[in-house]
Amino acid sequence: MIKLSGIEKVYRTSSIETLALDNINVDIQKGEFVSIMGPSGCGKSTLLNIMGLLDEPSKGEVTINERQLKGYKDKELARIRNQEIGFIFQSFHLINDLSVLDNVEIPLLYRPGSGSKRRELAKEALEKVGLSNRMKHFPTQLSGGQKQRVAIARAIVGRPSLILADEPTGNLDSNMGNEILNILLQLNQEGSTIIMVTHDENMAKRTNRLIRLFDGRQVF
Amino acid sequence: MLSNYIKIAWKVLLRNPFYTFITLFGISFTLLILLVLSAFLDHMFGSHYPEQQRFRTLYIPSITLRDSSRTSTMKGPMSYKFLKKNLSALGGIEAYGISSLFRTTNAYVGSKRIKMMVKYADSGFWRVTDFELLEGKLFNESDIDRGQHIAVITEKVRDEYFGPGESVVGKPIEFNGLKYRIVGMVKGSPVTHPYTYADIVLPYNSPKSEYESDSKNGAYIGIIRARSARDFPSIQREFEHLTQRGLKFPFEESGMKVAHLEAKALPFLTGFIYEFFQSESTEIFFTVVSLFMLLFMALPAINLINLNISRIIERSSEISIRKAFGAPSKTILWQFVIENVFVTSLGALIALVFAQIILSIFNSSGLIPYAVLSVNYTVFGIGLLLALVFGLMSGVVPAWRMSKLKPAEALKGA
Repeated sequence: MIKLSGIEKVYRTSSIETLALDNINVDIQKGEFVSIMGPSGCGKSTLLNIMGLLDEPSKGEVTINERQLKGYKDKELARIRNQEIGFIFQSFHLINDLSVLDNVEIPLLYRPGSGSKRRELAKEALEKVGLSNRMKHFPTQLSGGQKQRVAIARAIVGRPSLILADEPTGNLDSNMGNEILNILLQLNQEGSTIIMVTHDENMAKRTNRLIRLFDGRQVF
Repeated sequence: MLSNYIKIAWKVLLRNPFYTFITLFGISFTLLILLVLSAFLDHMFGSHYPEQQRFRTLYIPSITLRDSSRTSTMKGPMSYKFLKKNLSALGGIEAYGISSLFRTTNAYVGSKRIKMMVKYADSGFWRVTDFELLEGKLFNESDIDRGQHIAVITEKVRDEYFGPGESVVGKPIEFNGLKYRIVGMVKGSPVTHPYTYADIVLPYNSPKSEYESDSKNGAYIGIIRARSARDFPSIQREFEHLTQRGLKFPFEESGMKVAHLEAKALPFLTGFIYEFFQSESTEIFFTVVSLFMLLFMALPAINLINLNISRIIERSSEISIRKAFGAPSKTILWQFVIENVFVTSLGALIALVFAQIILSIFNSSGLIPYAVLSVNYTVFGIGLLLALVFGLMSGVVPAWRMSKLKPAEALKGA
């Protein structure tokens, strides 16, 4: 499904060079639910961003669904993000000016399809996360748990094969966190491959596999 | 997708009413001023009642007489005879007219004094203008030849002298100690059209018209209606040639030994510029007006650029979310183009509505009687285009830079 080989990520400023990831090799199979754990600043989110094509590695190769993506242009990477990957962020990243339904529709705006079809798919996704009664609300009118469920609906609306979740329960209380994890487990059972960054050992234990990072390196 | 963009644009406008007010005010106020100003300029210099054919009309507003050393100059309207002699010899034109500039006179109704502007004209004056006849007729050559004391008045005189709605043809009107029989009534010309403006038009051979003066200087101006503006150069050449014909320099005029005589037939705007700059080039006028308008637009444009930059930085979160979910950089750019077009068009629409309201209030106020000012849609189009260019430049450049950011970087700042 997704394979990282010899990934290195260096952040450079005029005076400092920081090695955020060093020789990361990961191979995640279709249908897996993998957790990434490690202390703050160890490079978890950077790794997830590289997996999600939100950032480029300084060195190494990313292969998604048998395609090695080195040299892919912005437009091609955008198409892969749009059709094959769904993102869930710790701070939700919803657009407050748009209604819940409009937020969920966003990934569908960048692929062919009629407006009515988009509406239909967005409603289905919201039903799946139990928020069909909040479609016309705006993000600012929702609780943290509800916002994250909207974010999940947005991540799954385009039916991507890979879901990347960056500390999806980080801003939620334990009850809400469990609720969100249950939804993710459900999606995994339905066939989605999920990679989740978390700080919570208990949550990580409920996933199939755990990747640990320390100071930008993979530890086993 | 378009509705999503417009929805976002609308929400962004509502999100910060003060920003929105400043942005829309900047765009609409600038366009509004441009529209009102251009309406005035168009009214002053364009082809409008009763000079709808200005585009094929030449005006001879003055004669310039100089001595041999060119140290003394006399400039002003011409005598009737000078104009008659030269214009009647002019070939290849549709018509010519000779009329005096307006003079103030008073008429009395009981103890009420009515101030009126009087003009003396030949019958050609009616052929080179397009006055709307409301009652009776316009005097012709035979009326003039008969030497009758007749007059054509405007509605304004009718209303003030006889009363609104009264029939006036055949009735006498008295001023300057003389009685004139009214033969016709026309819709008046606005004061901003000095060559046609008057409340009463009398035949040129009426008393006190000074039409018999043999001087070159006088109180009259000439108007030539060409068949087409294409004929202007040949008419102008011929007229200038005719004015020099038979003259023996130097000759005596009002105590000056005249060695040079210059009388030019010029289009209205060129004539106006010539009076001020002694140049026939309309480029100066258009350059000055364009520069003024550009400068006038520059301030709100800079303001708009600043506002747009901060507005887009404020929206880096939205841009990064859209990028994360598959929006290519170009699509993000398009979104901001559409938003800017939407906001600018909204500003332009507000400007257009307010310009129409202001001009219609002005037209009905009677501040300049008979003046009908209207929105010049060419200027509106240019203004809108400039606003769009500024809007796009100001919005698209920062949006382009934002859209080029790696989504991960943009999300960090979100």
